[in-house]
Amino acid sequence: MISSTSEKILSIEDLHASVEDQEILHGVNLVVKEGEIHAIMGRNGSGKSTLSKVIAGHPSYKVLSGSIQFKGTDIIELAPEERARIGIFLGFQYPVEIPGVSNLEFLRVATNSRRKELLQSELDTFEFEDLVKERLKIVEMDPAFLERSVNEGFSGGEKKRNEILQMALLEPVISILDETDSGLDIDALRIVASGINKLSQPNSATILITHYQRLLNEITPDFVHIMADGKIIKTGNKELAIELEKTGYDLIDTDTKDKKMAK
Amino acid sequence: MTQTNTVDEIVSQPYKYGFITEIETEKIPKGLDEDVIRLISTKKNEPDFLLNFRLRAYKQWLKMKEPDWSGLTYSKVDYQNLVYYAAPKQDIKKKSLEEVDPKLLETFEKLGIPLSEQKRLSNVAVDAVFDSVSIATTYKEKLAEHGVIFCSISEAINEYPDLVERYMGTVVPINDNFFAALNSAVFSDGSFVYIPKGVKCPMELSSYFRINSGDTGQFERTLIIAEESSSVSYLEGCTAPMFDTNTLHAAVVELVALDHASIKYSTVQNWYAGNEEGVGGIYNFVTKRGECRGKKSKISWSQVETGSAITWKYPSCVLQGDNSIGEFYSIALTNNFQKADTGTKMIHIGKNTKSKIVSKGISAGQSKNSYRGLVSISSNAEGSRNYSQCDSMLIGDKASANTYPYIQSKQPQSNIEHEASTCRISEDQLFYLQSRGIDFEESVSMLISGFCSDVFNELPMEFASEADKLLALKLEGSVG
Repeated sequence: MISSTSEKILSIEDLHASVEDQEILHGVNLVVKEGEIHAIMGRNGSGKSTLSKVIAGHPSYKVLSGSIQFKGTDIIELAPEERARIGIFLGFQYPVEIPGVSNLEFLRVATNSRRKELLQSELDTFEFEDLVKERLKIVEMDPAFLERSVNEGFSGGEKKRNEILQMALLEPVISILDETDSGLDIDALRIVASGINKLSQPNSATILITHYQRLLNEITPDFVHIMADGKIIKTGNKELAIELEKTGYDLIDTDTKDKKMAK
Repeated sequence: MTQTNTVDEIVSQPYKYGFITEIETEKIPKGLDEDVIRLISTKKNEPDFLLNFRLRAYKQWLKMKEPDWSGLTYSKVDYQNLVYYAAPKQDIKKKSLEEVDPKLLETFEKLGIPLSEQKRLSNVAVDAVFDSVSIATTYKEKLAEHGVIFCSISEAINEYPDLVERYMGTVVPINDNFFAALNSAVFSDGSFVYIPKGVKCPMELSSYFRINSGDTGQFERTLIIAEESSSVSYLEGCTAPMFDTNTLHAAVVELVALDHASIKYSTVQNWYAGNEEGVGGIYNFVTKRGECRGKKSKISWSQVETGSAITWKYPSCVLQGDNSIGEFYSIALTNNFQKADTGTKMIHIGKNTKSKIVSKGISAGQSKNSYRGLVSISSNAEGSRNYSQCDSMLIGDKASANTYPYIQSKQPQSNIEHEASTCRISEDQLFYLQSRGIDFEESVSMLISGFCSDVFNELPMEFASEADKLLALKLEGSVG
């Protein structure tokens, strides 16, 4: 269980960020500690995906003010690859296809860049194949996917499994999974969710960005945050997600209206 | 895109082969006339038929005009201000590698082409050409055991005059075009390959062309003959030092494939491309053509073009034999002020002939990269098929890419498909790779390799990694 002495992994303070000169995040505050699972819910356009991309360092998104600390160090100046190497992982909502680049080779280069950071030996092709075959089991993926180009021609479910496979290989400290459940059928959802559960460690943490309670039936969050208009407007426990599922986002609408009226 | 500048920096890497070998060179005076041609012919101790071939070509050339239809702009070459023959001073008749000037061996070693017995590549026979002459050919004896002839064209002219006389100029006639005519008149050296009937060449053959002198035109000539049911894979590499003047390289390559024969011809062209302001660099005006003379014969061109100030070439296939196959796989990478106008011609004459074209153009800086290709299907070529795919990738916003596919069909029972696409290095793909811990630089190079993978897969094994390295080299550098 989480104790109050657990180390802070991620600490976001009053984060304002924009894309294409339009401010999307209007002051996000979030603290994630070791062993925690957080869920961020909210409508389309509320800023959930933007938050995940800002944490991962997407070059199109600019931080206007505020801070993002990873284990006490500000990461805003770090390149995306540097963030990845220290253990920040973003599972994409729409993983891109990269024609001509072998999935196996991609996974190996990525894994080695993380291993290098952890001062572990880099794996050659043969050693890596052993590792990847073992990790494939976590997401019940067919080894044939390794021979294909990265995500090319993969179904929605296969792409998401490939994301979780990357998570399994990179062994991140914090995983931000952006709508990993979208577009998955029940079976695929269960496989992906069980993969995420198997991969959670006492010294790592997970942020699930989702629209639906159904993922949270499989992975129990410690905290549920609701985002609206570029801010976290409500935080609760798993009950909040259940409540949200029942009443819909009207719950937040009334809340925000109240606040706006108060202004 | 915010990272454009850094991508630009990555593709603008210094040329690593720009050194000059200090060596005593024998040069004939500048200029071109009949006497110069006679002089070249005498120096090379050539039989009469070849001198006549040269003189006929020269007369044709005098009547021809330098072509300008490509839209390439370049400062015109002063043909009287070029040296047409330059050779390192040494005994022409060297018996063994030991007698070759160590400086020359060193030069090739520096270029990654070790020639000495101990170091040479174990599975590739190499003909090394330095300025106007071939300085060494490895594994000749081993190849001779299989009846394969691999030597410099000068040697072939003396040792196998019948073969040369029978085939030279039959694929690319002396009056084919301005540069081919010039080459026919003054060509200095190049490679000759003859694969006898039924022989599968036991190793890869490779020629490496090195331009060392600044004011010398390089006019090499290559002739490959594959007899009935034979096969060969041939590789060609090229580099040159950095000069701030433009050097002309006008080669002619002729391939002949008889019944059931197959020739695979691969090029990695990395001539000096000029500096970032577009000063200097090689004019690479080359005529390459293969004739599938026999039925079920096959000619496959693959090229990785990364160098030269201007590349102007269309390796082509004349598909004469019924059921013959022509293929063209190309990667052209241009940067700074480089211009490339390249593509292929697939001339379908025989029945059920097939051709396939896969072209990948990558343009960075302010370069211009054009695919220009012709698919021509004659009235006799029933059941012929062509598939063309031309993809362009743009890096930055100042580069340009064009595709000019010409399609002529006189045969209703034929099938022609053409696909074309243009893309930019996608920021999302880059971010995806980076977000997995992969360097920006390596990510760019992975994306470009991925873009080119259809063509890489067609290169011979030994070459594919070399080509990938070459692209990576052009793409390597500090991210700032």
